[in-house]
This record gives sequence, C-alpha cells and structure tokens, in this order.
Amino acid sequence: MSIQVIEEKCVGCGACVRVCPFGAIEMVEKIAVINDKCTLCGACVDACKFDAIVMRIKHFERKDISAYKGVFVFCEQKDGKLQTISYEMLGEGRKLADQLGVELAGIVMGSNIKALATEIGERGADKIYIADAPELKYFLDEPYAKIMAKVIEEHKPEIVLTGATSIGRAFIPRVAAMLDTGLTADCTGLDICEETKMLLQTRPAFGGNIMATILCQHYRPQMATVRHKVMKEAPLQKGRKAEIVNIDLTKNKKVLTSRTKFIDAVLEEMHTVNIAEADIIVSGGRGLGGPENFKLIEELAQALGGAVGASRAAVDSDWIPYSHQVGQTGKTVCPKVYVACGISGAIQHLIGMQSADTIIAINKDPNAPIFKVANYGIVGDLFDIVPRLTKMLRKEIAV
Amino acid sequence: MNIVVCIKQVPDTTDVKINPETNTLVRDGVASIINPFDMYAIEEALRIKEKVGGTITAITMGPPQAENALREAISLGVDDVILLSDRAFAGSDTWATSYTLAQGIKKLGKFDIILCGKQAIDGDTAQVGPGIAVQLDIPQIMFVKHIREINDTKIIAERMTEEGAEVIESSLPVMVSVVKEINTPRLPSLKGKMRSKKAEVIKWTAADLDVEEDCIGLNGSPTVVNKIFTPPQRSSGVVFEGEPEETVKKLYEAIKPVLGG
Repeated sequence: MSIQVIEEKCVGCGACVRVCPFGAIEMVEKIAVINDKCTLCGACVDACKFDAIVMRIKHFERKDISAYKGVFVFCEQKDGKLQTISYEMLGEGRKLADQLGVELAGIVMGSNIKALATEIGERGADKIYIADAPELKYFLDEPYAKIMAKVIEEHKPEIVLTGATSIGRAFIPRVAAMLDTGLTADCTGLDICEETKMLLQTRPAFGGNIMATILCQHYRPQMATVRHKVMKEAPLQKGRKAEIVNIDLTKNKKVLTSRTKFIDAVLEEMHTVNIAEADIIVSGGRGLGGPENFKLIEELAQALGGAVGASRAAVDSDWIPYSHQVGQTGKTVCPKVYVACGISGAIQHLIGMQSADTIIAINKDPNAPIFKVANYGIVGDLFDIVPRLTKMLRKEIAV
Repeated sequence: MNIVVCIKQVPDTTDVKINPETNTLVRDGVASIINPFDMYAIEEALRIKEKVGGTITAITMGPPQAENALREAISLGVDDVILLSDRAFAGSDTWATSYTLAQGIKKLGKFDIILCGKQAIDGDTAQVGPGIAVQLDIPQIMFVKHIREINDTKIIAERMTEEGAEVIESSLPVMVSVVKEINTPRLPSLKGKMRSKKAEVIKWTAADLDVEEDCIGLNGSPTVVNKIFTPPQRSSGVVFEGEPEETVKKLYEAIKPVLGG
C-alpha cells in the first residue's frame, strides 16, 4: 500500500493540489509532493491527466464473497411500534433488491412483536426474521448485535441496511466489527453499480462540504446506516404476504446475555415534536435576544405544524435545551421546510440544515450567510415579521 | 481507576472555506484542533478522576503532527499520552482505525473505562468507539449525556435518544461515547500548559504494536473511497426587503405551494 508521484511524468500542473480534500499535496519545484496528511483517498489519482500519481494496493487473499445474496433491512421498533425509518429503508431496500434481482428481508427484534411481521410484509419485504424474547424488551447493544451477526452469518445477505438512529448507530458498528466487514455511516444515497453490482454508498463528509461515494469491495455484507428522512417510504400494500421466520433463540441463550442493563427511560418534555422526525422546523438563534422570545418561534412552529429548533448560540445561552440544537455539535436535520429566525448561519449551523428541501430565512442583516442557502428570505426585524407571518398563516389555514 | 480517552485531531471547520472556482475545500493554513466532541470526553475523564481517583491516558492515531492534540490534552490535565503514527496506518477506515487503537490500548494494558467523543466532525461516523469495544470485547454505552454513578465495578449513565434518554447500567470495563450536553470543558491551566511543553509523548509505530499487516491502513480497510465530489451548491434564492407588511405577504405567497396549502 502506497501512493507515489512518478516525477518524470509530473508536469507540475497542480490539478492534484486542487482536488485533494486533505491539503496533503504541495508543489515543490514544480513536482507534486504528497505529505503525511494523505489518507489515500485517491482523488488525485483520478485527477491527474498524466498518470503521474499511482496507488499501489497490496492484495491479500480475500474471502469468497460469491455466496452472499439478498438485501437485509433492520426494522427498528420502539414499544411495539415500527419506526418510520424502517419504512424508508424497506423502500430503499426494495429498490436495491429489484435492481439486483434478489430477495428483500426485514429483521425485527423485541418482545411480543410478532404482530409487526404483517406490516413489514405489507411494506415490501419478501421474508421477515423475528427475534422475540422478553430479554429484548428494551434496546441493548450486545444482544441486538449478537443476534444480527448470527442472522447475517447464517443467511449471508450481500447488503445490510440500518437506520442512522440512536439505536442503529450504536449497535450496528459492533456487528460490522464482529463480522470483519465494512460499514458506511449515515448514507444519503444508495445505488447499485451496473457493471460490478456493488453497492455505491454516498455520504456527506466534512459536515456536508464534500460528498464521498464509498465501496466495500472485498468483504460482505456491504453494510450501511441510512440517514433518516432522505429515502422514500415504502408504500403500504394491504394484504401483501411474506414468509415469516422465527429466529431460534433457545439453542444458544448466550446471544441474549448483556453486560449492560436497561434501568429506565427519561422522556423529555417536548415543546412540540422531535426535530429529527419533523417535516417542518422553525429555529431561533441569537437574534431572539432572550429565552422568553422563543415563544415567537413556538407560535410560528405551531401555526406551521412543525418543531422548534435552535442555533448553538441559543442553546449555549441556556435559552432552550440541547436536544433542540441544529448543527455540527447538535442534530443534523433534513426537513421539507426549515425556517431560520435570527440565525446568521455560521458554517456549523449550515452543516446541520442545508439539506432541507426549502430554507426560509428571517434576519435583519442582509449580508448574513444564511441568505446564501435560503430559497426565500426576508430582511427585517424578526420581532415584527415572525408574529405577522404566524398571524397570516393562522388566518389562511383557518379559512 | 484506569481511564483511557481516544481523541482525534481534525481541521477546524470554522476555518474551512470553499474555493468558488474549483468547489473544493481550501485547507491551506487551516488550523487543527482536538475534535470538539473529544473535548467533552477529556473533561468527563478529568471529572471521573477527581471523583474516584486514577490515571488518564489519551491515545490518538494520526500523522506526526497529531502530537499537538495530545500536548493540548496534557495541558487540560491528562496524565499520559500515546501517539500511534505510521505511514502504514494511512487510509484506515473505521474498521482499521478501531483495530489499531484497540491494539494500542491492549499494549497499554489496564483500562476500566474508555471514553470517546460521539463522533469526529470530519468523518461523522461514530463507528470507531463500538469498533474498539468489540476488538477489546467490552460492553458500551453510546451517546452519553450524563454519568449518574461510577465506581470500581459499575457505571450508571444516561444515553441520549430521539425521545429523551435511556438510563443504562454497565459493568466495567466499558466503552462510553459522550455528547455535548454532558459537561462544559475547562480551559487549560497555566501549570498544565507548562507541563504540556515538557511532557513525553509516547510514540508507537506499527512495529511496536501487535498488528497484522493486512489489518491496518488501507489494506485493513473493508471500505474504500471510490469518488469524492462537491455537492451541488445551493443557489441563493429570493430575498424580500422593505416594509414588513409587504415582505411577509410576498413570502407567504411564495411559500404557499411548499406548505401544501
């Protein structure tokens, strides 16, 4: 494994320097020199028109991957209720399975959840694996990971999709590590390469400043977590039948053991709804001037039927709890409509919301960066504009 | 108590700019910082030590300049620091990174709690913590916002979920990843800053660790980057200026179709 510049071929055009996302190439006397910041991403190899950069990868003996077939989707449930992310993944899983001409299977775990099988079938799965045991009443990393790994080892799917949620992102990396295979985090695009039939996994990196397409070439399954609210939900097809397989948990009780145990759940009192789930989010920032003014944001959110978000500045000033924070150190959201009120739009905030379908900004500074990403904006005093907008919406909706 | 903190040096995104001509990141002169989430992990380690006593070791895998991040950790109060650095580690994905860090922690020997930030702000994967936990065969509590109780044998912590939090108890040793809400990191002390200049940074290369050649760096990485591209930039939209009465009306008309009304 190494990357090398063939000095005779390098003309010093600098194309590699421009494409390197890591600033790892410098020009020294008109020859490209790759430094320690290199992560071997290969962007420069593709960019060089003179074949002057080569990457040598030593190939070790690989596992036989031809036996792996089919698409598996982890169907997340809480309190016996399937989460909407599961519908999204069943929709995406169906698309991929059809492209490959293979079966789509759903896996669901919990206690007394057998009834969910019908719903998973009606959402497009051909087969449903059910792990039902009292020990699985609450999510715990270890049993979830062990059962998932066991089912994958036995049935050898080529693709495994899991929601990028607080459950999925906790236990599925354990599964990938147990199976010695690759896992791509928080994908926003999935496709099958026509030529190789491999899964093309596209995800944002550097907080969405660049996109990367990731491949898992020599290992199976190809595993990905999928960002919530990006993929289309599978349509409900009433009466659609699927094969149900109960996973035998009696033979090997060890899969149910856990070194962690669930004590309690603390439900936060929400002003409105969970921002990660919301189709519409109204956020307030420093421009609000104080906690009492979040009332304006809440009222607008209510009029729109949306949730309340906040910038880091508002959260750090203790105006609103951290769970409402949108941005790099808070939550990444992708609602249909995002309304930013009194938020200037620092890059850390934009990272968390710029994939919203429609962005509306209200800010008194016409040069605020938020207007650069906004589809619609109003320059003006939010204390004047927000209540007017709320009033207008209420009136129009009432009519 | 033996406390280990895994940290990563990342580019400071406040500095990251996009070159409008090439649409690529301008990284020239961009400062490197300790991953912000790891600052909360370091702070929590310090608080645990203050409560139950022990030693804190910070470990990172990265290029030689990652030493700066470790020195900063010392200035904050971390006792010992280890840098895993080797050209052979380059190109590591989360599997290979977890493996390499786990081998480093094994060489270190004793550990009761391993703390990580929720995720790194450059990769955003949140996969290395659980990966290390599997390599070391220990349980984990991810996305922790509050540690209620910790002693020599167990920990009770609240982990953040979409609806609020789950209270989880675990035996030790354990892997814990933390979110921002858990604490407010302190600033380095003068004494710490002095110490950070002189303190020894232990450096281990691939040869120092018990690692298989085909498990590290690009060779040990199941995933590879196939293509990197810049997402289509959002073009600026319509901005209304003027009397609030007018602008609100115009905005309302414009967004009406989007709202489905």
